[in-house]
Order: sequence, then C-alpha cells, then structure tokens
Amino acid sequence: MRGKVWKFGDDISTDLIAPGRYYHLRSNLPELAKHVLEDADADFAANVRPGDFICGGRNFGLGSSREHAPVIIKIAGVGAVVAKSFARIFYRNAVNVGLPVIECDTAAFDRGDELEVDLEKGVITDVTKGATIPFHPMEQAMRRILEDGGLVEHIKKHGDFSIS
Amino acid sequence: MGLTLAEKILSNNIGREVRAGDFAVFRVNCCLLQDGTGPLAVRQFRKLGFTKVINPQTVVLFIDHAAPSPRAELSNDHILLREFARETGCVLSDVGDGVCHQVMSQYYTAPGNVLIGSDSHTVTGGALAAFATGMGSTDVAVGMGLGKTWLKVPQTIRVETKNTFKTGVYSKDLILHVIGALGADGATYMSLEFGGEAIDRMSMSERLVLSNMSVEAGAKVGLIASDATTQKYLEQYNRADKYREIKPDQDAKYSSTMEIDGAKLEPLVACPHTVDNVKPAREVVGIKVHQVVIGSCTNGRVEDLAIAASIMRGKMRHPDTRLIVVPASRRVFMQAVEAGYISTLLAAGALVMPPGCGSCCGVHGGILGDGEVCLATTNRNFLGRMGNPKSFVYLASPATAAATALKGVITDPREVL
Repeated sequence: MRGKVWKFGDDISTDLIAPGRYYHLRSNLPELAKHVLEDADADFAANVRPGDFICGGRNFGLGSSREHAPVIIKIAGVGAVVAKSFARIFYRNAVNVGLPVIECDTAAFDRGDELEVDLEKGVITDVTKGATIPFHPMEQAMRRILEDGGLVEHIKKHGDFSIS
Repeated sequence: MGLTLAEKILSNNIGREVRAGDFAVFRVNCCLLQDGTGPLAVRQFRKLGFTKVINPQTVVLFIDHAAPSPRAELSNDHILLREFARETGCVLSDVGDGVCHQVMSQYYTAPGNVLIGSDSHTVTGGALAAFATGMGSTDVAVGMGLGKTWLKVPQTIRVETKNTFKTGVYSKDLILHVIGALGADGATYMSLEFGGEAIDRMSMSERLVLSNMSVEAGAKVGLIASDATTQKYLEQYNRADKYREIKPDQDAKYSSTMEIDGAKLEPLVACPHTVDNVKPAREVVGIKVHQVVIGSCTNGRVEDLAIAASIMRGKMRHPDTRLIVVPASRRVFMQAVEAGYISTLLAAGALVMPPGCGSCCGVHGGILGDGEVCLATTNRNFLGRMGNPKSFVYLASPATAAATALKGVITDPREVL
C-alpha cells in the first residue's frame, strides 16, 4: 500500500469522524462519507485520495460504537489508519469492516509524507523522509478476520468464528 | 490464584476457567441494538445470510436516539427496525419507552449475563454484575444469528473505595475522578472493577453511573459484584429469580488497584472537550451556562430527578439558562410524576422531554448555538457531541446541574445544599 499522510492529533472521537448532526445519513453511507472527519480537518473529505493514510495520535476512535465511523473512512478510500493507540471498539469495528488498522509511533510522519505500508512484514516506510518504522502485527484472532476481508466474509466462509 | 469478576463471569459462561489474556468464544445471553446502529446491524444480519435470530426474546431493539423522529430518513430507519422485530420476534422498545441502557437494567440484564450491544454505553449493565460491553453493528448481528461472540478476557483495574461521600458528592463525582486520574485511554481493553465501602453502600441508581461511564476511560466493562442491593433492584422489577451472587475472589489478580477515599472527594466537572479534563467544580464556578440538561442513561433516573427537584423546589431557573429534563425511561417518568418531581421542575422553569438520547448525542432536542455553553449530567463532551462543533459541553452530577440552572453560571452544589 502506498499513499499520502493525513495527520490528526490525539483523541479523535467517533463524533469527529461521523458527527451526530448527520445521524439521518446513517442509512446513506456514501453521503455520510462526504462529511468524514470534517470537524477535525475540513479539507480531508474532499481531498483524500484512494490509498491515503490517516495518521492519528493516542486513543484514535474513542467514544461511541458507531461502526459507521470505520465504514466511511473506508468508503473515503483510506488504505489504513495508523495511530499510536486505538480505542477498543473502533479497532474491533475497523477489522470487522475490513479496514486495516496499525498501531505504531506516528510522531515522525507529517501531513503529505508519502508512506509505503507492508502489512505482512509489519513495516512502514516514510518515503519522503527515508525512515522505516516497524510495527507489531495484530493479534491472531483479529488478523484472521481482517485477512478474510471482514467479519461478514469471515463468518460466511467458516460458518462460525475461526479465530484460534 | 483467584479470579476477578470479569474472569469469574466469563469462566461461568464457558464452563471452564479462563484468565486475563485468553481468547475464547462465549455464549451471548442478551443483545441490544438502537436506532442509530440497529439499521446497519439488520442489513449486516441479512448480508450474513441469517434468517432467524437464535434467541429473539433476548434481543431488544430500541428506538431511543431519535425518538420521536425529527426527520423522515430516521423515521424510515425506525420502520426497518419495527419490521425486523415483527419478522424475527425480537423485542421492540419503541418511542417513549426509554433509553436502552435504563430499560435493559430494569427488565433484561441479570447477574452473570454476557450482554453485547451496538452502543458503547452497554457497559452500564456491569452494575448488575453482567459482562456487558459495547460492540459494532456487525458483531451484534453475528451475536443475534449465532448466539455467540469472541472476547479476549480483560485484565482488571480494581477501584477500591473506603468511607462514604460528603454532602454534595455523588457517584458521578467518583467516576469523573477515576476518569480524570486514569485518562480517556487509561483502562483501554481492561475491566474496571468497583468495590469497597462507598460502593457497598451505594444505591443501584448510583452504581449504574459508575459502570455507564467506565467506557470514558476506555474500559471494556465496568463491573460491580452482586449483593443485597442488586437483589432488591431485581425484586423491584419482579425479577427476583434472576439474582445470582457473583463476587471476585479475595486473592484475585489485578493489574493495578486504585484506592479512593470517598470522604475526600468533592464535586467535579469534566470540561470541554474531553471527559478526562476533570476539575473541581469550585475551580470553574462562574462560567456562564446557556443550557443545563438533566437526563440520559448516566443520570436520568428518578433518584437524579429527586436531587434536582429538591434543589430547585420553590425556586426558578436563571432567566438566561434553559433547563432541559429528560427522564431515562417511561417508568422513571411515571415515578417522577407520581412523586411530584416533574411538577416541581416544571414550576422551576424546566422543559421536560420524552425519554430518549437525542439531546445527549446531538441528534435533536437542545442542539446548542455557536459559542453556547451547556452543563449536562450526560457522559460525553467531545467537540460537536451535542450537535454543534462551535459549542462547549461540561459534565457534572444532577446536583451541580440543578445548582447551575439556578445561578446561570457553573455552581458548586454545596453552595445551595
């Protein structure tokens, strides 16, 4: 995966990702996706390119359980969300909808940097800066779900959870 | 080595001992969905190829976040949920019945349950010694179709309390203290287990506040052992047969213990725009407040309305401060009417809304204007939470909220008690 960095700070809540004032668009996900993260970065939704990366700080995705949050990030074309740490429900939801999430130190990345992500090797290369950052692979249970393309595909394939 | 409450509930569920760090698939006893996340869960349920809900009488669909509906799009989502309930036999809790977590606690959640809900405040059920946790729509759809879910058994932070609270201090202040100390991600992936003297003496209404807001420190569950208070609460709703005593072992292994002297706590306020931005109320007194909201799954019970009514009895809200009261359920609303709290609050200038979540999460009913400040008894103050990213939300107890409504500025409740 290769794309540009969109940089965000700590504590990016699901209220920032999918604001409550667009509640009525939750059954119209492409329309809701036009407002993704607009209260955190007004330029993001209109300018994000397929394959770009969201780079957050600590506790990315805290707050509500709305799965719409990772869904509209995915619809916007984001290749992966990279953050120093994630809130539990967002992380699980991202995996369930087939959106890669990577936990690593994001301090070195700046907006606009070109990143190359190798999920199998567990390495991110900041092509702009010439720096390489390794990351810990996901827990096996979740990796299995992500590798199947999300929880719907996982259950359809195995007829049950197949996480061990 | 003994078991924590989380380990005990999950071990009982699966019929073998599981420990923090173990991954396993568990039986789901109850599911909850609401109108913001339920329509997606229904679509995912169908995409998964399920046609039947495995235990429909234990799956409750709530129409509470946009209730009554402010927009046609949301009315159509409500139709989808009502039709799904009819087709599958799931329980429907419709407009006006109440906020999901309050209604679940009253009628469905029982000690020892594994409860999953597509709402992050599903953790509220932990006050009844249920392993109650929030998940996304797809996870809950799978729980409905297969009757199971996977979980990693969490590590536990024990919150050990001693002594009871002084006048003007409530469980809301205790949980704000815990969140302020741990930080918004201090308990991520973990169980918060509350115990000790302050908890033993607390009513179920106050315990529900602690479990409810555990997620604001990132916790997966916020658990409290069951005891005579739990038993009495279940009896009150004709569910005495659901009582089971579940306690952690004396020699349970905790990742850390946080000791709190209840007598040393004071009224606290979470300031914009994160719940862990906690300050003593006395340090923020005087900030002008345009709207006060008393309600929600956190602090919208009859006990909360009783506190507000006792402070406002015979008085009037400040003319520049709107006061919105939202009883957490139909049952709470009726109790508050019968006890006279509603007429006291109406006479004090309050506006009383039907039970629901709309004002807390910015869907409808009390959306703030640009630059406006709200002090609410709800659970989140994120930027934009109450519908406008140009507004400011403070969180506090019902007593602090009522005192603030009287004075028009943030007020330490001890000034009016």
